[in-house]
Amino acid sequence: MFGRGLFGRIDWLTVILYALLVLIGWVNIYSTTLSDPNTSIFDFSTLYGKQLFFIGLAGLGILFVLFIETNFFERFASIFYIVSLVLLLGLFVFGKTIAGATSWYDLGFFNLQPSELAKVTTALALAKYLSDIQTDIKNRRHQIYALLLILLPALLILPQPDPGSSLIYFSLFFVLFREGFPLYYLGILLVMVLLFATTLMFGTVWVSIGLVMLTILIYGFKKKSTKIPVLPFMAIIGAAVLFSFSVGFVFDNVFEQRHRDRFALWLSLEKDEKKLEEIRKTIGYNTYQSEKAIESGGFFGKGFLEGTRTKGDFVPEQHTDYIFSSVGEEWGFMGTATVIFLFSFFFLRLIFIAERQKSDFSRMYGYGVISILLIHYFINIGMVIGLLPTIGVPLPFFSYGGSGLIFFTMLLFIFLKLDSNRLKDGI
Amino acid sequence: MKKLLLSSIIVIIGFTFIGRLSYLQLFRFSPDQILDDPAIKKIYDYPERGYIYDRNGELMVGNQAAYDVMVIPREVKPLDTLQFCQLLDIDKATFMQKMKKARVYSPRLPSVLVPQLSKEDYARLQEKMRHFEGFYIQKRSLRYYTTSGAANVLGYISEVNEWDLDRNPYYVAGELKGQTGVEKQYEEVLRGRKGVKHIQKDRFNRDIGPYKGGRLDTLPEQGKEIRITLDKHLQEYGERLMHGKRGGIVAIEPKTGEILAMISGPTYDPSLLVGRQRSKNYSKLHYDSISKPLFDRSISFEKEPGSPFKTLNALVALQEGVIEPSTKFRCYNGFYVGNQKKGCHCGGGVRNMISGIQESCNAYFAGTFRKIYDKYPTTDEGMDVWEKHIKSFGLGNYLGTDLPTGRPGRIPGKSFYDRWYGDGRWASSTIISNSIGQGEVAATPLQLANMTAAIANRGYYYTPHILKSVGNSGVLDPKYTEPHYTTIDRKHFEPVIEGMANVYKYGTAKWIQVPNINIAGKTGTVENFTRIDGQKVQLTDNSVFVAFAPVENPKIALAVYIENGYYGARYAGHIASLLIEKYIKGEITRKDLEKRMLEKTLEHEYAKPLSGEPFKINEYVW
Repeated sequence: MFGRGLFGRIDWLTVILYALLVLIGWVNIYSTTLSDPNTSIFDFSTLYGKQLFFIGLAGLGILFVLFIETNFFERFASIFYIVSLVLLLGLFVFGKTIAGATSWYDLGFFNLQPSELAKVTTALALAKYLSDIQTDIKNRRHQIYALLLILLPALLILPQPDPGSSLIYFSLFFVLFREGFPLYYLGILLVMVLLFATTLMFGTVWVSIGLVMLTILIYGFKKKSTKIPVLPFMAIIGAAVLFSFSVGFVFDNVFEQRHRDRFALWLSLEKDEKKLEEIRKTIGYNTYQSEKAIESGGFFGKGFLEGTRTKGDFVPEQHTDYIFSSVGEEWGFMGTATVIFLFSFFFLRLIFIAERQKSDFSRMYGYGVISILLIHYFINIGMVIGLLPTIGVPLPFFSYGGSGLIFFTMLLFIFLKLDSNRLKDGI
Repeated sequence: MKKLLLSSIIVIIGFTFIGRLSYLQLFRFSPDQILDDPAIKKIYDYPERGYIYDRNGELMVGNQAAYDVMVIPREVKPLDTLQFCQLLDIDKATFMQKMKKARVYSPRLPSVLVPQLSKEDYARLQEKMRHFEGFYIQKRSLRYYTTSGAANVLGYISEVNEWDLDRNPYYVAGELKGQTGVEKQYEEVLRGRKGVKHIQKDRFNRDIGPYKGGRLDTLPEQGKEIRITLDKHLQEYGERLMHGKRGGIVAIEPKTGEILAMISGPTYDPSLLVGRQRSKNYSKLHYDSISKPLFDRSISFEKEPGSPFKTLNALVALQEGVIEPSTKFRCYNGFYVGNQKKGCHCGGGVRNMISGIQESCNAYFAGTFRKIYDKYPTTDEGMDVWEKHIKSFGLGNYLGTDLPTGRPGRIPGKSFYDRWYGDGRWASSTIISNSIGQGEVAATPLQLANMTAAIANRGYYYTPHILKSVGNSGVLDPKYTEPHYTTIDRKHFEPVIEGMANVYKYGTAKWIQVPNINIAGKTGTVENFTRIDGQKVQLTDNSVFVAFAPVENPKIALAVYIENGYYGARYAGHIASLLIEKYIKGEITRKDLEKRMLEKTLEHEYAKPLSGEPFKINEYVW
């Protein structure tokens, strides 16, 4: 009864890209976790076998999503959101601790990670709130409500502690920007990040001197006709200097040593070669091994199942967060470039789909999906190839893990389901 | 703008990632070589080192098993340290220190706790070993010597050092390599090729299976046994005769150039450099700067050859046609260079070639030497001719033997004297000492033996060598099977050899004749000096003897050089005649002579210059 109609309207190009990413991911998980070549790939005692099972579950999830009525997601978005907040709160009481983070419910056969679920529900809830006729993005109060919607789950996740996951929610700002949220907020954010990094690298004094020089330059080269209001401008510069001062304080007093070390490594703050080497061996060990594995792959790679560093388990967490390093070692630059290309193409295709939606809800949710997937991809690969400090987030569709794969899949396919229905919307 | 924001971010991220990846994988690409890939462990399977036999097939060097006590610190359980130390024969402090060192190296990997236990220690330890968890015994192969001699010729093996590792990628730290002598020269033949297994490791260094299914693994290739040209019994006998004396002896088979014996005194038992006491013994030998047992005098000790060199001057003069065997010179118990008289011990009178050699007359050879130079208009031309002839006997340069050490000796040419005296400021009379083998000429015992072999062969020699055959194939480097012809015609050798034969029959060596063997020889008594507190001091003469026998069909040619042994026939002549008898007859008939040589030592002579007191040289009393 759903037959040709539904499957005919699904965006098959996205589905194919999704399937390719999952497949490539699984092949690399297989290589990473294979210990005895004689076991069957369906052996569920092995990690690759389990991942295959999770892929099956994700497939069931896709069917489930596709057969549900489209309105269901929009209608129950608020309830889902509240349920996921409750689940997050419940962790403080019933949570199961794995590797120091209380982020899971033990369901016996399966560990459920509500922060993964909350990514889907928050994206839905945000879309629902913003698409409401009464919501006006230009309205300061509505802006604050939208921000709260995003930040509430992030705040609940932070003390688990799982700063990586809570960072993900900030990506939903892209949905706001798409819907007319003033762009200068993004500018302020970028300036803050820039000030933070430069203060750590050069110290408050030099940053302040730089800011004053900047002021003089702007005044020196401005056209006579352009008028810059003096007071607000001075206030901004003053605020920047103040921020720079506070960075030093926060860095030294609020951050823990391991965080400081990560930044020290990332920004090459440590000038003492010996100490730097020490940090590289402890905090930077994962990154170092991962970079070495990728380097040793060269252009063509060592070949499938031939990665000696992968086999020797030299890169910790390689089947989860560092799965991309296995691509680098065994498939070389050809492999890594292909994966980057696939992901980029996948994201651009999703933007294209989001923009063709007639329903505001669908488009906004689409942007939520893209933002969440993109920030995972950016942080994960950036970390694996040594561009970003170590922040533990999985690579969507690639990394080993049931919760991740299933919720990323649900996240994506809810959007594809909405898209398949786009012609009926807005009538 | 707001629609393009995310798209442009995606593109920027993509390009950044591709840029970083090309930097890592294309620019900084560092392929993992199998040898230094941290994830691949190489396990070596060492073949047994080849045995070394002497020319008659008698074993000289074999292998023995030794046992290393190994420890894996992580697996060590509390133990009865006292008992364990007793079994290992070490004290507790050493034990603790070694354990600490092993733990620092790696808690997971085995380290050597006590190296090279003997079979007896091993037997004692073996049954108790199960009480000590984390320790085990690993067998390894060491050299085993069935001879107490030839230490410097055979050489020793030891662990490779940094330098070896840099120069030769074959070796891995901790492996053994021949460092001197035959062990070094024929290292690759003797060691064979180790087999290698590649094992995939994880980051804790644990084995997780063969790398690439073992496709790159190789099997060990056995080391080959070699046969060397030494005669084990002659070598050992020579070393016994050398007891308490310093110097070198080399015996060569003239027909082939094979080195029959190569003796350096003082020497050491090669077994000293094997086993647990190795480094202690090595230090002792290495730092013995007075008798220098590690210095192979037979091949590296260059000194004035003395009177044996006269035979060459006679040959050169005959070849140049400046004298006949019957040409006579008068000896005034010496000869004159200008107004200066140089002494001679021959007894004086008119000498022809035969009696000149027989009595080693200095005046005769000084005259002969001058005639060679007088033939040519300038001294330079005479010098060139003389130098060419002398060098054709293998003197004045490396012989090219298959032993890794050696010295070139010295045959001075005109440039040497031009540097010393100035161009045109020297003549044959200036360098007259060369006529009697003193002066500026120098040679090693090996070169003297080779020169004697060339005389024995009447005009050619084979490059002396130590290798007889490898495995079952007797094929030698053609370098050692092609004769080198001297520049002297065959016919000129007979009168000289007759003179040398007379040395034994009637001359300077008539007291040490060997019954039933015709020997041709030449004594040498070489003045020598040392410096004590900056003063040039004369020491007792060096005793030199070269000989070959039998005269008609030479089987052995040898040179004996004994430091401070006084006149040629005394120590060197005695030893040479005993060695010849031993080699040709297989037994010694002159027991009193043998006894004297085995018992006499020259330690008192060597102690003289070190005593700090005035001393007498060339004491006639034995």
